[in-house]
Amino acid sequence: VTTESEQPAHEKGQQRGSGRELPGVGLVKGLATTLKTMTKHAHTVQYPDQAPELAPRTRGVIALLEENCTVCMLCARECPDWCIYIDSHKETVPAPPSGGRERTRNVLDRFAIDFSLCMYCGICIEVCPFDALEWSPEFEYAEFDIKDLLHERDRLREWFWTVPAPVALDPAAQDPKEIAQAQKVADKRLTAQKAAEIVALADGGDAPADVNREASGEADTEADGRTDGDG
Amino acid sequence: MDGTAHWWLEVALRLVVILGFFLVVPLLVGQMEHKAMAHMQGRLGPMRAGGFHGWAQLIADGVKFAQKESVVPAAADRLVFQLAPAVALLPYLVALVVVPIGPGTQVGVELDLGLFFVLAVMGVGVLGTLMGGWASANKYSLLGGIRTAAQLMAYELPMLLSAASVAMAAGTLSLSAIVDKWQWWWLPWQLIGAFVFFTSGLAELQRPPFDMPVADSEIIFGPYTEYTGLRFAFFLLAEYAGIVLLCLLTSVLFLGGWHGPFSAHLGWLWTVLKTLVLSFVVIWLRVSYPRLREDQLQRFAWTALIPLALAQLAITGVVRVL
Repeated sequence: VTTESEQPAHEKGQQRGSGRELPGVGLVKGLATTLKTMTKHAHTVQYPDQAPELAPRTRGVIALLEENCTVCMLCARECPDWCIYIDSHKETVPAPPSGGRERTRNVLDRFAIDFSLCMYCGICIEVCPFDALEWSPEFEYAEFDIKDLLHERDRLREWFWTVPAPVALDPAAQDPKEIAQAQKVADKRLTAQKAAEIVALADGGDAPADVNREASGEADTEADGRTDGDG
Repeated sequence: MDGTAHWWLEVALRLVVILGFFLVVPLLVGQMEHKAMAHMQGRLGPMRAGGFHGWAQLIADGVKFAQKESVVPAAADRLVFQLAPAVALLPYLVALVVVPIGPGTQVGVELDLGLFFVLAVMGVGVLGTLMGGWASANKYSLLGGIRTAAQLMAYELPMLLSAASVAMAAGTLSLSAIVDKWQWWWLPWQLIGAFVFFTSGLAELQRPPFDMPVADSEIIFGPYTEYTGLRFAFFLLAEYAGIVLLCLLTSVLFLGGWHGPFSAHLGWLWTVLKTLVLSFVVIWLRVSYPRLREDQLQRFAWTALIPLALAQLAITGVVRVL
């Protein structure tokens, strides 16, 4: 059996030219298609009665995690239609008892997004350096008055609870930067500690055999590589 | 005295039944169109009105149309404009009077010239659209009206020829007598005629794929552009009444009307059933096929349907003589 795609192009052309297909076959096929579709389930969803199945990263509304916001104003500046309103004031943090000087920090007074202007481009979310803004799949926030679409930070914070967890990394993927960094620091500290123990044991002379074996078995390879280089 | 009272009662009863049929069955077909078309397109169609699967959608539509303002354009030919929907709708009601539903006396009026009468009256129905198109004083309406006229000219002939073939086969113009004489082998014998009759009937009703005169995406519903409210609803109702009458006539002329098992008692049921199945086919064709262009439409009538109808006439004649 040869399918149509296997036949050479000129053969196909000939077949069409000679009109080997009976006239009206296309019309019958059309009727068959509509009849077949009629027996299948509808593709539509009866929305208010039946919740729609949303894609995992649906762009429904922009949610705010105000704890992460540092009032850097990047989102408000990047917004193409200027629909983000931010007010803040500076507070002085007194000098710590251990010394140093007073510092100031920004305190968020107001964070509002006007969803009657927002065009859902997501640039604010992209640009936020502290992940304070995120897409939420929530979409049922229609209002009767266009003015009521200006949503303040409490509403935006509520929406953040509906933000889905980030997609899991691939099994073989590199660790995220912050985890990799922390892991590196922790490893270094551990090796240094192990090396110090070994040095202490060598100085003391007769050490218990099990401690010696444990230390060498676990940390030998790393310790050899790194502490030697350092020292 | 008692006899005349009885006669009047019978006439009144027949007319009430026919009026009921005329008001209910087109709505049934309309609802079927809503639902069948929706499912053929992977949708559900109306689901709210009336609660259960939107069964009252057309009633709701009717109430909506009744509430709307009836506007007559300033430049329109007022009387003709206002009269057109009635001219479009009423012929179908009148034609229904002579179509037999069941055997014996199950017909409004037994008319010897039934077939002739029905076809003549159906042609008047198209006139309503033409009047609306001319009287609206709108270029789209006029275009639609002219196209309607051209379509009427082209498709009336094959329709009459194929109907004449059945009349020849039965040797009578009475619809009841035609059904009486019908036998199963008429089905293959008159197959071409049935196809021509049904197709040209569709074209005369301006149903898709022959809906060039009302093509809503290019001439904005043609002759109906300026109509609003109840008058517009009448045009729509006329379309569905036309479908019902065409399907009824096709089943009476070509599919044996009331013939079927238990036809002595359930004859009318068979007629209604055949009519509804044919109405489904009308809807099915609408969903499946794109609209024919105006020239394709004309060519189809003159180069395909008329020769086919003539061939059917010849076949009928030859078989009759043999």
